[in-house]
Amino acid sequence: MKGSFGFFINVKNVRFASLLSILCLPLMAAAAPPDVPAVIVIRNATILTVSHGNIEHGSILIKDGKIAEVGVSVNAPKDAQVIDAAGQFVIPGIIDCHSHIAAESINEGSVSVSSMVNMAEILNPEDIDIYRDLAGGVTSANILHGSANAIGGQTLVIKLRWGQPAAKLPFEGALPGIKFALGENPKRSNFSIPGQPRRYPATRMGVEETIRGAFSEARDYKKTWDEHNKRVAAGEKNLIAPRRDLRLEPLVEVLEGKRYVHSHCYREDEILMLLRVAKEFGFKVRTFQHVLEGYKVADELAAAGVGASTFSDWWAYKVEAYDAVPYNAALMTQRGVVVSINSDDAEEATHLNQEAAKSMKYGGLSHDEALKMVTLNPAMQLGIDKRVGTIDVGKDADLAIYNRDPLSAYAVVQKTLIDGRVYFDLQRDIAERAEREKEKKALIDRFKKAAEKKPEEKKPDAAGQKPGEKKPEEKKPEVKKPEEKPKPPQTDGADSSATVTLGGAL
Amino acid sequence: MRSKIILWCVSAVCFMALCAAPPAQAQGGEPQYFAIRGAKVVPVAGSPMENATIVIARGLLTAVGKDIAIPPEAWVVDGKGLTVYPGLIDSFTDVGLSVAPPASGEAGPRRSQEGAHGPEDRPYSTPWRTAADEATLSDKRIETWRNGGFTTVVSSPKGGIFPGQAAVLDLAGERAGDLVVKSPVAIPVTFQTSGGFGGGFPSSIMGTLAYIHQVWLDTEWSIKAQATYEKNPRGVARPRYDRTEAALAEALEDHAQVLIPANNAIQLRRALELVDRWKVKDATYAIYGGQMAYEVAPEIATKKLPVLVNLKWPEAEKDADPEDKPSLRTLQFRDRAPSSPGALAKAGVKFAFYSGGITSPKDTLKAAKKSIDAGLAPDAALRALTLSAAEIFGVADRLGSIENGKIANLVVTDGDLFEEKTKIKMVFADGRRFEIREPEKPKEPPKGDITGKWKLAYTTPDGPEESTADLAMDKDGTISGTLTSKRGTASIISGYLSVDKFSFTINISIEGSAADVIFSGAFDGTSLKGTIHVQGISLDFTGVKPTITTTAAATLGGAQ
Repeated sequence: MKGSFGFFINVKNVRFASLLSILCLPLMAAAAPPDVPAVIVIRNATILTVSHGNIEHGSILIKDGKIAEVGVSVNAPKDAQVIDAAGQFVIPGIIDCHSHIAAESINEGSVSVSSMVNMAEILNPEDIDIYRDLAGGVTSANILHGSANAIGGQTLVIKLRWGQPAAKLPFEGALPGIKFALGENPKRSNFSIPGQPRRYPATRMGVEETIRGAFSEARDYKKTWDEHNKRVAAGEKNLIAPRRDLRLEPLVEVLEGKRYVHSHCYREDEILMLLRVAKEFGFKVRTFQHVLEGYKVADELAAAGVGASTFSDWWAYKVEAYDAVPYNAALMTQRGVVVSINSDDAEEATHLNQEAAKSMKYGGLSHDEALKMVTLNPAMQLGIDKRVGTIDVGKDADLAIYNRDPLSAYAVVQKTLIDGRVYFDLQRDIAERAEREKEKKALIDRFKKAAEKKPEEKKPDAAGQKPGEKKPEEKKPEVKKPEEKPKPPQTDGADSSATVTLGGAL
Repeated sequence: MRSKIILWCVSAVCFMALCAAPPAQAQGGEPQYFAIRGAKVVPVAGSPMENATIVIARGLLTAVGKDIAIPPEAWVVDGKGLTVYPGLIDSFTDVGLSVAPPASGEAGPRRSQEGAHGPEDRPYSTPWRTAADEATLSDKRIETWRNGGFTTVVSSPKGGIFPGQAAVLDLAGERAGDLVVKSPVAIPVTFQTSGGFGGGFPSSIMGTLAYIHQVWLDTEWSIKAQATYEKNPRGVARPRYDRTEAALAEALEDHAQVLIPANNAIQLRRALELVDRWKVKDATYAIYGGQMAYEVAPEIATKKLPVLVNLKWPEAEKDADPEDKPSLRTLQFRDRAPSSPGALAKAGVKFAFYSGGITSPKDTLKAAKKSIDAGLAPDAALRALTLSAAEIFGVADRLGSIENGKIANLVVTDGDLFEEKTKIKMVFADGRRFEIREPEKPKEPPKGDITGKWKLAYTTPDGPEESTADLAMDKDGTISGTLTSKRGTASIISGYLSVDKFSFTINISIEGSAADVIFSGAFDGTSLKGTIHVQGISLDFTGVKPTITTTAAATLGGAQ
């Protein structure tokens, strides 16, 4: 993550931030997921298919969450729900290849190899950033562990199905991933704590050694299990099975090609280092993330068939980002690398369309090539391009509808659909705000009233009574006094709060 | 006249004898046979009975019903106008255990400085600690909770991811071991982290989850590996001993239930998935927290998981930042949390209540009443405080209802348990009777402050006697403190100063029956002058504040 430099983003994009705060503040309640009509038809739209050009005044027919027809005219049944998109633009839903939303924790930074942890287990479906990113046209996101360690936690791709429980967020069938990190972050060069011993590794050499060491262990672990399984298969009895090791199992999956490696990196030397290590151990790096010096080793990346997921124009925020150029995405693309533009940031993810557009100015990419940076290319990098990333028959109906050309700075998302359901609708959002405010105010007033009652009823007790008088209201002070006690420190695991932020992002 | 003197002597001897014993403890001379006659009985297992009789013998219920013959040796309590309930159960607490965790590294949770490097270092894990071993009569809360109607608690050591093993404790006894009804009954788990950078593993909730997954896998492995090795040790490397694995394996063997923390909807759904994942041995599971069950109850029902509902309902933080506006979701949670028990009942989920940080039993009952106001049937609320708790922890064969043969844990009230004005008159815990009295309230504000150490002097038929009253007075005149004689110390159960009139009472046992000793009189600002009343006998006494260096103070100090 961009980490301590994150606030620069907010300054830089203050207009987006304020727009979003208006857009989304009342929406803190977990909305019920929208109903799914069996058939929807989007009419009169400019359709940017990404795969086969643009269609003016086109229609998209959606059946059971899939795109059934795309064209100038489609065979829509009479009872289909109609979305009139006259003057509007439809693109495939945006895919963010590097995101940290919807998670209760980001980093298990205590150890150099934290492959035992899994982002899938701590998804937070009530994170408002899901809704905000939906409002920016994002429909899928690669939820990554932080970059605190050379080998980080297990990762997954989700769909931004706002209002659904955590179990409904994962992108079905998408291969899981694991986060690696190279360079300054896993070295902890910017995060040392006075008085605390530095965690190994402290150099790039150490980062390499950590990865090699872990994969050597994983290779041995796999061998041990293979031998055990062989002996069991041969009918040997009374064998003590090897211990299962949750730290090594995901690395074995990497060796077996069942898990993608997404590696955070900046410098060319570390990029080449990981490619060498991967070759040595016989696994593939699926994507390099950030990869700001990727333009220097574009040919090597292309030859290795590794995807590159980078920022549009963001650099010099730390020493290893000094050699970054805004032409990075375009240069790598021109050398044959599959490139995506990612956000690494919940706010930036709300305008990835504009981030993609920048590669037209810096590097001269075409409109279509730019749009691919946030649709088809990240889909290919995440291995989900058979399902999403373009507007084609048979693909998931994950779509974003803009009021203007999405690569314009004036474009605003009108509707976002996932699996044919309208998860974000600007008009609906505006219409529901008053209702939410009303409910909120009613609740606050009620709690206030309940709180005000207490001191009033306590008074007769303090005022005292005449001597010898009976104490008919004795029960009253007893009733009231214990209600408002200072909260004892919550040591129980069962915290009342809806979200627990721990560790912090890097 | 002669008989009166004899009675005094007996009383005086008993008085001294009693002062020697800690007040929270029932006395050796206490009767062991009781009968409550003509009361309304709410047995929970079965419908309420009017005008019924309960017989208690040696800690057990030996007869319950109408037209029950009362054995001649029984002390009879007239139950007219009284209602008898089973003793209440707080189903997750640390009452009855010493508050401070063991100091040494031997048993205490790993400190963050020691920074674990991974699951193999077993961070924050002390599953070998047991509530049964750590139970202590010195916990002042035992008396507080018992007087509030809670005769039983499910108590667990605190601190860490695996803090230890919980036990069912009854809140009465002469030795710590008397408290234990069953141990272990549960292995509570928390999702504690080291809190972040530099604190060692795990520093995040996902790290904690991964750690717990690994511990269960290791425990399972350990059980199997040990068994395999025992069969054929020759030529096989022996499995390593690990205290965490061994303790957990043994507790699971004893059918201790794994308790998973989950309060809001996300946590509750996550807990349901964890149960599927943690398939270790034949472990059974329960959830504690449960306050957003109003959203998830039907899903919990499909997994047939019991829920311990935290009665400390969510509310705004007292010192919350006024600028920090709670979200609608948070507000709805505060509003709807008390409807969770009703939702669980409707979905058919077994649930029990626990105090969850509420510090008084009365407030705990009041919080339970909130769930009744939010739709839970009153008898279901009562069940959640009695029989359901006993069922969840596997002690329904001995606790939780008023049935023949069960442990004599009873609450005797003057009305409906959940009514605000209802008072608890008497509690039986393990067949021991505890009378509950409302402390006397001062009628008028006090004049002066009676706080301090007083030397009380009086003359018994045996000659002059002295004792020390260590008094503390609240602003409103309520007096608390202790009375120390040559033989020991007794707590003041009730006392006040109203203008210049004082009164305070201790309760002692005389010939096996509890009797009040009342000290009352006038306070002139520097000395006390009044009368001691005990069993119809009166004695004059005076009290002065001795200066620190008097020999009397030294003698008393030495005598303690």
